Amino acid sequence: MKTLRQMKVGESATVTRLRGEGAVKRRIMDMGIIKGTEVYVRKVAPLGDPMELNVRGYELSVRKADCDMIEVEQL
Amino acid sequence: MRLTIALAGNPNSGKSTMFNDLTGSNQYVGNWPGVTVEKKEGKLKGMPGVVIQDLPGIYSLSPYTLEEVVSRNYLINEKPGAIINIVDGSNLERNLYLTTQLMEIGIPMVIALNMIDVVRKNGDTINVKKLSEALGCDIVETSALKGEGSVQVAQRAGELAKIGYQGERAHVFGGTVEHSIAHIEDLIRDKVEERYLRWYSIKLFERDEKVMEQLKLSPDILKNIENITADCEKEMDDDAESIVTNERYAYISRLMQSCLIKKPRKGNMTVSDRIDRVVTNRFLALPIFVAVMFVMYYIAVTTIGAIVTDFTNDTLFGAWIMEPLAAWLEGAGTAGWLSSLVVDGIIGGVGAVLGFVPQMLILFLMLAILEDVGYMARVAFIMDRIFRRFGLSGKSFIPMLIGSGCSVPGIMASRTIENERDRRMTVMTTSFIPCGAKMPIVALIAGAIFGNAWWVAPSCYFIGVAAVIVSGVILKKTRMFAGEPAPFVMELPTYHAPAASNVLRSMWERGWSFIRRAGTIILLASMGIWFFSSFGIIDGAFVMADMEESMLAAAGNFMAPLFAPLGFGNWRATVATVMGLVAKEEIVGVLGVLARVSGDALELVEEGAFAGLAGIAGMFTTASAFAYLLFNLLCAPCFAAIGAMRREMNSGKWTWFAVGYLCVFAYAVAMIYYQLASLFTTGAFTVATTVAVILLFALIYLLFRKPADYASAGIKQKQLRAGV
Repeated sequence: MKTLRQMKVGESATVTRLRGEGAVKRRIMDMGIIKGTEVYVRKVAPLGDPMELNVRGYELSVRKADCDMIEVEQL
Repeated sequence: MRLTIALAGNPNSGKSTMFNDLTGSNQYVGNWPGVTVEKKEGKLKGMPGVVIQDLPGIYSLSPYTLEEVVSRNYLINEKPGAIINIVDGSNLERNLYLTTQLMEIGIPMVIALNMIDVVRKNGDTINVKKLSEALGCDIVETSALKGEGSVQVAQRAGELAKIGYQGERAHVFGGTVEHSIAHIEDLIRDKVEERYLRWYSIKLFERDEKVMEQLKLSPDILKNIENITADCEKEMDDDAESIVTNERYAYISRLMQSCLIKKPRKGNMTVSDRIDRVVTNRFLALPIFVAVMFVMYYIAVTTIGAIVTDFTNDTLFGAWIMEPLAAWLEGAGTAGWLSSLVVDGIIGGVGAVLGFVPQMLILFLMLAILEDVGYMARVAFIMDRIFRRFGLSGKSFIPMLIGSGCSVPGIMASRTIENERDRRMTVMTTSFIPCGAKMPIVALIAGAIFGNAWWVAPSCYFIGVAAVIVSGVILKKTRMFAGEPAPFVMELPTYHAPAASNVLRSMWERGWSFIRRAGTIILLASMGIWFFSSFGIIDGAFVMADMEESMLAAAGNFMAPLFAPLGFGNWRATVATVMGLVAKEEIVGVLGVLARVSGDALELVEEGAFAGLAGIAGMFTTASAFAYLLFNLLCAPCFAAIGAMRREMNSGKWTWFAVGYLCVFAYAVAMIYYQLASLFTTGAFTVATTVAVILLFALIYLLFRKPADYASAGIKQKQLRAGV
């Protein structure tokens, strides 16, 4: 299964499942990343982490380790 | 009648601008009880008796972050008359997510559809009437930045508060979930107030632990609720929290389709995206970051900052206040001790602290601009990779950088760090970075003892940075800083031009909170030190004495053996260290006085006339001198900085812990250095050497040990309690 972490800059994907539990998962969901959301990978920070995503029309930065919790299907 | 209206909304939704617009200068800033979350309230302009309570900027009402818990506790327990929900119209989808949660609380609510000017400029159209009907809430279009609509929103909120609870609003969820919620409502109907029934039921459905604890439901009811939730989860094939979140966003998506017409754009790049393409670009981001930091440091610390600090310290407090006052007191025949108390104790002490204020204001101004523009979030984005390894935030870079000028504004700059744990860690470690006032000690030791060796000063910065890293790694693994990792899921807000009123207000609030502290705790501490250093018992009489015969010297004699394992177990060095609490550069001056150096030691150091400082040099060996330097670089900072720590931690306990940690860490490092240096130079292996070696291994152990898994231990306990 592909996770958001493996997506390259400029690619888009649809979220298929969120792994994990608790605060981090809830926060990711609260920010609008849920099953079915389309995510566009805008860029990766200059030092290689975190990632910048475009979700629901705004910019969100998520650490790669947390991106690993987000399973996606590439568009 | 007093009416309270709560102001709730996402971060970056223009909430603080709206708050300033509504309240003007009638604001009170404090902290929410027991936490470091800022609490602001103010009187509504033009409507006497109405108080606006600003809630922290939040994205949700989950039980996981301090800000969110503080907000929901306020809404449920303090029962404000009405809520103004600020919604950023240019980022409608995510902003409405919080709205769907606020709607569930049975408090009258009006939506301020903010940044409507941006929406129009983008060419988008929001069908306000339709949206308002769907949500069951009044909506007023506003542009807080331009002062549009704020008054109408407040008026409407006031009217709604008079009407009161009007029954449940639109139902957000689908049939299955609504069905479960209805069942839960039946179970707890007699336990909670009717208007909060829906909110509590949804929280119970989500298995919100905070609510479960608060309601103290019987095991029977809890079991029933668990069955209802589990059934729904089974049917929907997901966990309750996810189901609720999914359905909220699904509901909002439907609203978007019917109420929002977006003008098609070329590509998906906005102006803000284009700025970001440069500012956080792979290759340009770091050079731009360095340039921004350099400009900030150059203005706030090197040039304007240094000029205003020198002016307030030397000219304003020195030449304009202290000298004439001393002359006047003498002329008026005031007793020597009184004039010394006023001039040296009070004015000297407070002046040393207030001297930082102009520089701090300049710095806070620039920080406020960086925050308001939206660059601060990018700083965290760029630096996160490095800093999070040490339990710090990417934003910790700024406090550390400023701390190299002065720890006080550095510590106060940590306020931009959202996460409480990261902020505490930053506050605790910022004073390790050698500040400007520590430079004279460095110059003294380097010049008078090491023959102006080039490596002394750079090694101090290196040691400071190393101390930050080592402490970060060690503390991160302790119980106090353990727990679930803070999610770094951060919005990168749209860039916008800074609003002068916001920026100035933010600058003044921070400056003022420091000034207030200078007037209380720092003043008392300075007076205490003055008292102990100016009075002593001579020939059985309690009289005003030179420092050598003061109580402080007596205490220094008593404490000196404590520092013997560090190589400087003499009372002069001890007294100078204690005086460093007033201001670190005092150490040099006091050493000069106590070593009977002719002239002002501080000036001699500045002039590089180290020959005249032989008296001080005679007190140390090379090993003990460097150990003394190490201890003074790393131990508790001056009172002003401790006051700033107290302010930012909002807890006496944490402040004491921080100061204690700094002292113990400094002691351990200086001792390890001195004992090992002595061992290599003299070959003498003593008990103290053994202790130092043990300390060194303890330090290495703390650094590399595997952190105990407090987080999962906590989860296990919860599972045990829940009977899983």
